[in-house]
Amino acid sequence: MSVLAGSIKIVGATLPDGTTTDLFVDGGVFAGEASTGSTTTIDAAGLIALPGLVDLHTHLREPGFEQSETVLTGSRAAAIGGFTAVFAMANTLPVQDTAGVVEQVQSLGELHGYVTVRPVGAVTAGLAGERLSEIGAMAQSRAQVRVFSDDGQCVSDALLMRRALEYVKTFGGVVAQHAQDPRLTMGAQMNEGALSGELGLAGWPAVAEESIIARDVLLAQHVGARLHVCHVSTAGSVEVIRWAKARGVDVTAEVTPHHLLLTEQLAVGYDSRFKVNPPLRREEDVLALRAALADGTIDIVATDHAPHPVEAKDCAWDEAANGMVGLESALSVVHAAVVESGQLGWADIARVFSSKPAQIGRLAGYDAPFSTGSAANFTLYDPSATRVFSTGDLRGKSLNSPYLGRELPGRVIATIHNGYPTVLDGELVDAETVAKEASHG
Amino acid sequence: MRHLLSTKDVTRDEAIALLDIAEDMADVANREVKKLPTLRGKTVVNLFFEDSTRTRVSFEVAAKRLSADVINFSAKGSSISKGESLKDTAQTLAAMGADAVVIRHSASGAPRVLADSGWIDAGIVNAGDGTHEHPTQALLDAFTIRRRLHGSGARGKALDGVTVTLVGDILHSRVARSNIWLLTTLGAAVSLVAPATLLPVSTTGWPVSVSYDLDAAIDSGPDVVMMLRIQAERMNAAFFPNAREYSRQWGLDDERVARLPAASIVMHPGPMNRGLEISANAADSAQSTVLEQVANGVSIRMAVLYQLLSGSAA
Amino acid sequence: MTARTVLQQADIARALTRISHEILESNRGSSGLVLLGIPTRGVLLAQRIGAILDSIEPGAGTVGALDVTMYRDDLAKNPTRAPNPTDIPADGIDGKTVILVDDVLYSGRTIRGALDALSDIGRPRAVRLAVLVDRGHRELPIRADFVGKNLPTSVEERIFVRLLETDGIDEVAIE
Repeated sequence: MSVLAGSIKIVGATLPDGTTTDLFVDGGVFAGEASTGSTTTIDAAGLIALPGLVDLHTHLREPGFEQSETVLTGSRAAAIGGFTAVFAMANTLPVQDTAGVVEQVQSLGELHGYVTVRPVGAVTAGLAGERLSEIGAMAQSRAQVRVFSDDGQCVSDALLMRRALEYVKTFGGVVAQHAQDPRLTMGAQMNEGALSGELGLAGWPAVAEESIIARDVLLAQHVGARLHVCHVSTAGSVEVIRWAKARGVDVTAEVTPHHLLLTEQLAVGYDSRFKVNPPLRREEDVLALRAALADGTIDIVATDHAPHPVEAKDCAWDEAANGMVGLESALSVVHAAVVESGQLGWADIARVFSSKPAQIGRLAGYDAPFSTGSAANFTLYDPSATRVFSTGDLRGKSLNSPYLGRELPGRVIATIHNGYPTVLDGELVDAETVAKEASHG
Repeated sequence: MRHLLSTKDVTRDEAIALLDIAEDMADVANREVKKLPTLRGKTVVNLFFEDSTRTRVSFEVAAKRLSADVINFSAKGSSISKGESLKDTAQTLAAMGADAVVIRHSASGAPRVLADSGWIDAGIVNAGDGTHEHPTQALLDAFTIRRRLHGSGARGKALDGVTVTLVGDILHSRVARSNIWLLTTLGAAVSLVAPATLLPVSTTGWPVSVSYDLDAAIDSGPDVVMMLRIQAERMNAAFFPNAREYSRQWGLDDERVARLPAASIVMHPGPMNRGLEISANAADSAQSTVLEQVANGVSIRMAVLYQLLSGSAA
Repeated sequence: MTARTVLQQADIARALTRISHEILESNRGSSGLVLLGIPTRGVLLAQRIGAILDSIEPGAGTVGALDVTMYRDDLAKNPTRAPNPTDIPADGIDGKTVILVDDVLYSGRTIRGALDALSDIGRPRAVRLAVLVDRGHRELPIRADFVGKNLPTSVEERIFVRLLETDGIDEVAIE
């Protein structure tokens, strides 16, 4: 841990369990008492201290698509959203399917220092779905990859998926599956139903997700492997996962903030900011996903932050890229979707946004937040604030947020990563200072 | 009326007004001078990202009969990426001072995107977008039905109580969607007949009845039978086994036409696959309105351009 | 604004009768006469004049309607108007004497549109203009041949012609 990082004193923060306390950070970890030479004091009256948020599903786009996002800009977007760690998906160019590429992404993250960047390794070479990538080499590299995913593509071949589950198990990792039957979703543009028929947009049927999840949980059980299901989007998927968990299958699942708040009705104006994969679903699905997150059937929230340049969205719906940016807005959106309704408390938020995703991704240091001696990764959140979300709230490179113009609750006031601040007074600490703090580690 | 993007947005009064104006426009076609000075100095751009000579020519004739300047802009096969070209082309046309853009695009919703984008401040007419809508086709179909039913006394009338059966590829048909909304707005009762593979998975909220059996539909004696074109690419995508089976189950053959009431009319938006969805005799029979539909298309498009381009921006 | 009735039912009837006689006189009889009213009230006035002509010389009043909406030069400046039907008598207007009939003559722009419309329909021998009220303020070199009443007005004032068929009363009022 960073021995040179300055000490920080947080006064009057409310912990997820509702108790109010002062927090002391020294040398990158939580300290039992104030250090004698405290340099920074933060008044946290009325603020909630949450353990550093962990995003198991981020697209940082570097290398290869730097016009959309870079490790630096994506890290900054994460920090302003309260995150201290992100898992960077493998669909870069070159693909993160070798030790060299994952180590490069990992070290870029360390260099910039806003968040811990953990690369996700591709399951199949080049995401082509034909043969396994060098999973062992990535697992044993300096990046110590533990999450493997072809996200964006489904590992649709059943035999290849079986092999992937078995082989990844060998290295203590998990396969994060993008569940989408490719044949059932050829050319798909939005959720299949009455609305897709009316709008003349090719349908993405719920069964294309549910059938893959059903197959995969059975495969995972058969080979005794761990499975993680990415961005669950339908009520039917929830039922399948609930059934699998009851059978004892080692499966975890994530839901995105947008699938907890937005519905397919937003496609009516053909505004491609609302085009995402899997697509926005019906109101019934949104309600089922909220309930599943509350009862633990869905384990975590993950953003699927997917930056795209303006030209990828400034076009007809069919021609637009799938995806939304989500790091900056994630906590506020989940706050609006399930906290305001009373379905989740702040302790649940700490679980679904921090300890559980860290556990799934085998990320150390998040199991005992705020306890003396543990790594100081946390964020201070003002739950009473409201704001009309705008491009001014975005810190990544891309502006494809579905929430622009929408009123959202809450605001991140400060984020502390490994004991040094990345966000203070609601604004990012400058890159040079953060990089310097990070290099002291 | 600022744009014409979907018949779903068109009210009953607006629809009847458009059909009435089209009656006046149709009269012009019978005069020696087939031209009105109404839109002199206005520029209408036909922006076609997809080939359709029939629709483009129809709009071109309509605009020219109203004395508008017409620019045909075929954006198909452009070397720019598709997404870029809609925005860039729109901005180019805005810079040229287009007053109306008639757009045909392979992507559903492209006209709506153009209208909402702020890239161009012109009236937008949807001339067919993907598998979404084709509003002027539905208007000309309604006009054709109304004329057949009411003759010269058609002005001011709607289509209350008229029964219309749409047959064929509903799933991919923009003509079907526009007709479903418009005809029901005008009071007609619409039913759909198709194999389940060519129907949307859900028609909840559509003001229609749905069945798979064309013979039963024929025997119910509808006032109008509208056959939809089967695109060649559907035959290779397992929507049905082959052309012969489709024709036998859902084609309007001579025997089925003979069973229709004498006053029923047979429509087709064209171009027809004779022998597939419609037999040659059915297409050429006195009950067929195929050629009237083409002629009426010009009158309807004149009415639409007049409604969009005359009058101060309200 | 206060309303002031300037022509009552009897005044209107008298004016139309006088106009009818003047038309017959200037045309030296009723042969080749076609009355074309400009919608909406011009058509009603043309029908009334036609009926009077008929009563004087049976068969004299061939009446039709000429809509000029599509020929207006102010389409872009006003809300969209729905056009009215044009109804040209079966014999057409070639070689005929066309009497255009309108309720109020003001700027002259409607009549200019009507002249354009006529030339797209055929080639009359002559075109004359009959109006119930001429209120002045012409913007084009156009004058009426037959006038029910000259009403000097200010531009701020508005003239309302009301007819039984559409308004339930025959009167001309200034407001």
